[in-house]
Amino acid sequence: MENNSEKIIVNNLDLYYGKKAALDNINLSILSNKVTALIGPSGCGKSTFLRCLNRMNDLIPGVLIKGTVLINGRDIYESSVDVVSLRKKVGMIFQKSNPFPKSIFENVAYAPRVNGINNKKELFEIVEKSLRKAALWEEVKDNLDKSGLSISGGQQQRLCIARSLAVEPDILLMDEPASALDPISTSKIEDLIFELKANYTIVIVTHNMQQAARVSDKTAFFYMGELIEVGDTKMMFTQPTNKRTEDYVSGRFG
Amino acid sequence: MTTEKNIYSLDRKFRPGDGIARFVVHSVSFISFAVILLIFIFVFREALPIFSSTEKSVSSEYLQSETYGDEPGDESDSELSDETVLLETGGAEGRAGLRNLLSREWQPVSGQPKYGLIPLFVGSLKVTFIALLIAAPLSILAALYTAVFASAKLRELIKPTIELLAGFPSVVIGFFALITLASFFQNLFGYTYRLNAFIGGLALSLAVIPIIFTITEEALSSVPREMTEASLALGATRWQTALFVILPAATPGVFAALILGFGRAFGETMIVLMATGNAALTSFNFLEPVRTLSATIGAEMAEVVFGDTHYNVLFLIGSLLFIITFALNAVAEFYIRGRLLKRFRGED
Amino acid sequence: MNKSMGRIVISASALSVIAIVTVIAYLLFDIFWNGKNTLSWAFLTTAPTDGMMQGGIFPVIIGTVSLVLIMSIAGVPVGVITALYLSEYARRTSVFTKMVRFAVNTLAGVPSIVFGLFGLGFFIQFIGMNLDRALMPAGELHWGQPSLLWASLTMALLTLPVVIVAVEEALRAVPEDLRAASLALGATKWQTILKVVLPNATSGILTGTILAVGRGAGEVAPILFTGAAYFLPHLPESLSDQFMNLGYHVYILATQSPDVEATKGLQYATVLILLLVTFGLNLIAVMLRYKLRKASRQ
Repeated sequence: MENNSEKIIVNNLDLYYGKKAALDNINLSILSNKVTALIGPSGCGKSTFLRCLNRMNDLIPGVLIKGTVLINGRDIYESSVDVVSLRKKVGMIFQKSNPFPKSIFENVAYAPRVNGINNKKELFEIVEKSLRKAALWEEVKDNLDKSGLSISGGQQQRLCIARSLAVEPDILLMDEPASALDPISTSKIEDLIFELKANYTIVIVTHNMQQAARVSDKTAFFYMGELIEVGDTKMMFTQPTNKRTEDYVSGRFG
Repeated sequence: MTTEKNIYSLDRKFRPGDGIARFVVHSVSFISFAVILLIFIFVFREALPIFSSTEKSVSSEYLQSETYGDEPGDESDSELSDETVLLETGGAEGRAGLRNLLSREWQPVSGQPKYGLIPLFVGSLKVTFIALLIAAPLSILAALYTAVFASAKLRELIKPTIELLAGFPSVVIGFFALITLASFFQNLFGYTYRLNAFIGGLALSLAVIPIIFTITEEALSSVPREMTEASLALGATRWQTALFVILPAATPGVFAALILGFGRAFGETMIVLMATGNAALTSFNFLEPVRTLSATIGAEMAEVVFGDTHYNVLFLIGSLLFIITFALNAVAEFYIRGRLLKRFRGED
Repeated sequence: MNKSMGRIVISASALSVIAIVTVIAYLLFDIFWNGKNTLSWAFLTTAPTDGMMQGGIFPVIIGTVSLVLIMSIAGVPVGVITALYLSEYARRTSVFTKMVRFAVNTLAGVPSIVFGLFGLGFFIQFIGMNLDRALMPAGELHWGQPSLLWASLTMALLTLPVVIVAVEEALRAVPEDLRAASLALGATKWQTILKVVLPNATSGILTGTILAVGRGAGEVAPILFTGAAYFLPHLPESLSDQFMNLGYHVYILATQSPDVEATKGLQYATVLILLLVTFGLNLIAVMLRYKLRKASRQ
């Protein structure tokens, strides 16, 4: 558990929407089996940065990315990299829960099926394992045939997490996963994040400072497309070195 | 931890499925474009012999004499350029020359066939004009009512009802005109010919109304709400706003609607075939029978000999219809709709 | 003065709506009223007799059903795939996208009689004739003449834009979220289309197909000289046979029959059937589409 290896290393990353720079020279290392929180006011580029890590920005026309993102030492923007394989290793949870309009079972079984697993027993094992890891199994085990859209918002979000886990990624990217949830569901997601970090490297975008303080080991503060400061979460919230970080975490703007 | 590097295989994988799918999707999408090209090519191809039939059936000596000698012809004017003479091929042989095509008589089945397109053009224009004269005010006003004055509930009712008219097969509208409308209006006004340009145009208007209505209504209801509210806030009444703010803002859309309606009416076949009486007269009397370009094809194509001049002339008419509707659509699409969008985006 | 002007504008526009709706209602009433008495089970299940002065429209119905069936089999896949291209693959700025869009818009505006000419010039005179030259003994015509196949293909082209527009609308209504979720799970683009996008657009594909069938069942001009027959003593048995057709039958009975008055009942009943088919199909499609739009707005 106590390894501090650098899972993701980002060097000189720039991102442009057309001619407009959205990210400017980002340098950041993300450690294995830690939760790294990305914070900053809206429009600061934290979500854009997150989407660079599994190349979801590729889908937006007119986006230009410079610099390198090394995952386990391999630059994922190298031309020989297979984006589909990359996304299997780097899972993503979206701000708004987005289960497929299929049954709970089929939601979780989606990725294994896409990867050619059709054996019912094998699928069931994967589904159960993933739902258990996402702390959802006990709540839905009797209703696996129910639509993924019929369960509560918090359950839907955990279903989406289970769906991602079924691909066996080792990095999880979470884009404000609890922003649309009530406090009880939010705390369940936060507990889950705490449990998951034993096996996964987690990067979470949040606009909720308390949440960042609660769940993360490291915190990176983004402002206007730049990475202002990064450090241990405790330090960031008690003794930030940068004035703007201090202003932000103390709630003076946001 | 360096060993972990090897767990990943991020190398590009061979995924033939996606590549094939991509290729198939692109290829199949090309069919629509290919069909447009093929229509161009094959409708023209069958019309082309009109302009080169001299080579087909006339000896070269005859061609020479016709080119250099002054063509006596059956018409009196002989001021023809060399080019026209080349196109002109003896009427006695049953072929169509340019002068024949531009004559005022359409008598394709006779000893000396006459392929004058003028009466057909006049017929198409006459019927289309009547159709628009009836359909345009009705549908624009109806669209205004639906988009501006009607309650949301009423709008949800009116729109699909009028749009259902678009789903009526034209043969049904033609039938209705032929059996019911024709008798009704003859009894009402007591004119001579039961089937005439007026009845044809009236029937056509039923096919055109849903087109003009739908596009106008769309244009009217996409006028930004801020514009409407600004006008109302200045103390204008609802109808003043409708007439002086909303309708002017939507004019490009209304024009597009009229142009597309014109194109539809001009190319429509079954309605005019059934309701106009089909006599190729060049007159501007709306109560006389007319024969349109499209109805001519519909009525005569089944009876012509393949490869015959008459057959070629019918294809020539088809080519003309295609070019005209093509041009109308292009104008509506590129010029007017684009302007409408720009106007609203500019206002944003 | 202002007040009366307002009253005029509003009542004129309301009257226009009333006028149009009245004509629609009268048209429906006229055909229903005059057609219902001749309509019977026997009318639907027997062939015309006495030189089409008596009897039913069974072969006419079979011919029309065959036409729209073959038309759908040929046209719907092409329409769905083109819609897939426009919604999933097309980049707004690419020349190819502009070409396809332009073609779809143009195709929708081509007069139906021109499709008929195209069917004759391309399918029959070009493809059919060349097939015969290659396959048949010299001088014998098999494919180089009007037939069910050529008429259906012509109709498929005519209805192609109908399918494309309806399906594209449905594909665009599939939330972007779902595509992102699938891609983020490591599904390829095609897997995403097949497993997420298409299944969520089935009602749109159905709407497009129904609209196309409704259109194809009612159009007459494209089949006037590509395959429709005046009268056939037997049902079409193969793709190279000619066929009878509802719309064409109406046209024939109303304009070409020796005694138009005597067959009025038959004519009205045939129109009623044609109207029920197209009207019914359109009604279903409109309702499906309305539901789809409402759902996608939420």
